[in-house]
Amino acid sequence: MKLELRGITKRFGSLVANDHIDLTVEAGEIHCLLGENGAGKSTLMNVLYGLYQADEGEILLDDVVQHFAGPGDAMKAGIGMVHQHFMLIPVFTVAENVMLGHESTKAGGFLDLQAARAKVREISDRFGFDVDPDALVDDLPVGVQQRVEIIKALSRDAKVLVFDEPTAVLTPQETDELMAIMRQLRESGTAIVFITHKLREVREVADRITVVRLGKVVGEASPTASNVELASLMVGRAVELTVQKDPPKLGEPALVVEGLSVIDHIGQLVVNDVSFEVRRGEILAVAGVQGNGQTELTEALVGLQPRVQGSISLDGEVLSGASVRKILDSGVGFVPEDRNEDGLVGEFSIAENLMLDRSNGAPFVKAANVQRGVLEQFATEKVAEFDVRTPGIDTKVGRLSGGNQQKVVLARELSRELRLLVAAQPTRGVDVGSIEFIHKRIVAARDAGVPVVVVSTELDEVTALADRIMVMYRGRIVGIVPGDTPRDVLGLMMAGEVPAEGAAA
Amino acid sequence: MSTVTTDPAVPLTASLDKTVVVSWKAPIAFAIFTVLAAVLFAAAGSHGEATFRLSQGNDLLQLPDVTLSSEVTSWVCIVLMAAITVVSALLVRAKRKVGIWLVALFAVIFLIGFLTWAAAGSRTPVIPLPGLLASALSLSVPLIFGSLCGVISERVGVVNIAIEGQLLAGAFTSAVVASAVGNAVMGPALGMVAAAISGVLVAFVLAAFSIKYFVDQVIVGVVLNVLVLGLTSFMFSQVLAPNAAVLNSPPRLERLPIPVLSEIPLIGPMFFRQTILVYLMYIAVAVVYVGLFHTRWGLRLRSVGEHPQAADTVGINVTGTRFWNVSLAGAIAGLGGAFFTIGSGIAFSKEMTAGAGFIALAAVIFGQWDPIKATLAALLFGFATSLQVTLSIIGSPVPSEFMLMLPYLITILAVAGFVGRVRGPAAAGKPYIKS
Repeated sequence: MKLELRGITKRFGSLVANDHIDLTVEAGEIHCLLGENGAGKSTLMNVLYGLYQADEGEILLDDVVQHFAGPGDAMKAGIGMVHQHFMLIPVFTVAENVMLGHESTKAGGFLDLQAARAKVREISDRFGFDVDPDALVDDLPVGVQQRVEIIKALSRDAKVLVFDEPTAVLTPQETDELMAIMRQLRESGTAIVFITHKLREVREVADRITVVRLGKVVGEASPTASNVELASLMVGRAVELTVQKDPPKLGEPALVVEGLSVIDHIGQLVVNDVSFEVRRGEILAVAGVQGNGQTELTEALVGLQPRVQGSISLDGEVLSGASVRKILDSGVGFVPEDRNEDGLVGEFSIAENLMLDRSNGAPFVKAANVQRGVLEQFATEKVAEFDVRTPGIDTKVGRLSGGNQQKVVLARELSRELRLLVAAQPTRGVDVGSIEFIHKRIVAARDAGVPVVVVSTELDEVTALADRIMVMYRGRIVGIVPGDTPRDVLGLMMAGEVPAEGAAA
Repeated sequence: MSTVTTDPAVPLTASLDKTVVVSWKAPIAFAIFTVLAAVLFAAAGSHGEATFRLSQGNDLLQLPDVTLSSEVTSWVCIVLMAAITVVSALLVRAKRKVGIWLVALFAVIFLIGFLTWAAAGSRTPVIPLPGLLASALSLSVPLIFGSLCGVISERVGVVNIAIEGQLLAGAFTSAVVASAVGNAVMGPALGMVAAAISGVLVAFVLAAFSIKYFVDQVIVGVVLNVLVLGLTSFMFSQVLAPNAAVLNSPPRLERLPIPVLSEIPLIGPMFFRQTILVYLMYIAVAVVYVGLFHTRWGLRLRSVGEHPQAADTVGINVTGTRFWNVSLAGAIAGLGGAFFTIGSGIAFSKEMTAGAGFIALAAVIFGQWDPIKATLAALLFGFATSLQVTLSIIGSPVPSEFMLMLPYLITILAVAGFVGRVRGPAAAGKPYIKS
């Protein structure tokens, strides 16, 4: 089936998310939609899928104009979508998720689970997915959950399949498998729209590439284009893709973690007997697929986890069991994984957010009064220093772009006297320009002698920043390897395989 | 040797390692209750015997009465309770879970000891078990209807605090309609229909404000309770009280004993000598349970309550599903309200539901949003109330004020202590706003 979008325009208030976007996808073709976070890719796809109504423009399938009042209409017309945040119900089984919305029933409205199971098995076998129809979705690894999403779309005979940032949650190996699946689908005549901001994947699998920036199509590119060409087209200016850094000047071991375990509320060891140390002036990057204990590890380091065993010490001072306040006071800076949830108060101004963790005394608070003057001066300085693009320091943080929000978090954490910096996913949802800046600041902190722990699920970021790389899998350390370890080795480690030699570094 | 070997030292196990989160809640609670019982039995030791009557006069099969000596029973129970406490402490120390069966066993032993003690010290040391159980069921009827309403609305994603108001509206309209019709058969029948309709009307308001206008569901619910209370109280004093004979003397639903089944000792009178409303309740529990977990209706309903966006992306109308199921839930609660008036043959009076809707809400949580478990929880609460009534009738030494607290005390203990962490529907209470 051929998909054509003509002049799609979607406005949210004064913001134009999509500005007259044209896109044509032929059957049996993988068409890449490349653009930064916030470029309007997901909005466009939500218009296509009937979740949003376009203000202007039309959608054509095989040259017939379509009107989608909701996702139900889009699905009937043969459009399937694999969402970035999986649209699966965690407490349902695979079969129940697949059948939801187009259930086959026996007499009296009873669910025909047999039919649903058979359908799941049939599609699963056709593509070699190996998915158990009776497994609870909650119990499945994300890679398998994504396959369930694909099965869901295929079970409705989707002829046009949209993949919205599908590789964000996958290991490199799982990504390769997904690419293979996409090629297989292409062979069977499916039209595929592949949305991503990862250049490597684009060049590997795309037949055609359309680049979107700030809601507009800025050009087409061929899959043979180089990374740098694609990146500059995407960002709109020349960008540096590598981080310039000198060899580390290693000092004493500062952060020493021994036998650390974190237990969740149902008794699972989400971090399982982890030991490592970080020296002064060193960046230890924690690699691993999302959900293998990295989040809990960083939270344990700052005292946010309630059930922790083992010991954490910083410069000889024992931090395990201490309150968050005490840990912050002893010089730990923390960039949380989800800045909107844990890092910032969206309804507060930039200035207020900059003093969030320093509301307990001088210089910002005296005699229980916030020192507005001091704060104003401080905030103005930091906004300039960290290049936060904002109308003013009184702007609500929630109104800033992801990159600028993250700069505010970083400005707050780096403006204290630090003895340890813990940064979880420091560049998630951040534009390429800001990524450069944030990476530079992290490297600067390391060069100033601060030990740094960076958690990232993006291998590019890990290899760009790390002096040493620690790979986690299912709560355990698979290995700690040098920063220049090849990607394929790291990929295998992220799937839990211990490297044959040179595991210690 | 420099041969490269792939050594899968980390096994690719399907799940994470587990350890048991040690919780001393159960042993501590057991210990407290054991000590409490010991103090009670020792300090206010009652002498004599307690008789448990197992059959009623008109039963076909007569079971003999059971008579227990108060002293012996008390101390046997205390020893058993202490033993269970020790067992549970050992289990926890060995990092094993304290099973629910142990809690149940403990509760039963405590209950036997307590009943024997209370009855032996009473003016008439006889506990009529069939009556106690039958009234437990009766008192549970509105709670069960209410909790079914709660289960449905929360499963579809709307927190329903207005159960109390729906029960009260049902009680009011069924009384008025049944009285006005007057006929002994048609009156109650139409009364039940009217009760259901009034429940739906309250639900409409809740649904409209919480689903369409995204008003906080808890606030709408609370406001609705107050509104219904005010409205029915006003109508009662202005309209019903002056015309009580015409508008507020509802005929009682007739008891319809089911042949054979109603003659089973103990259980028969409790379950099968009831009114049509109670039989409807049995059907409702079964239908809601089967419907929720085995039909298309239930699958869609639960999907909307767990992850409305996912439901939306597969073409399910989230708003509509929520609206109509909250309305259906309202009909069920309204029907439950009818039990207060035509179900018991009592005239309507102000505030006659007396918090039953909130107890029903507690049963929903205690019952982990499952219709069957919520029904069992409601039965437990009903039993506590029934116990209080029975004990005050036989003239037990326990102060009646304390006994009045009992059902609520059990509710708090049940909800706070022994449910643990249970996951309710993920999207309950959150309005679904399409951007």
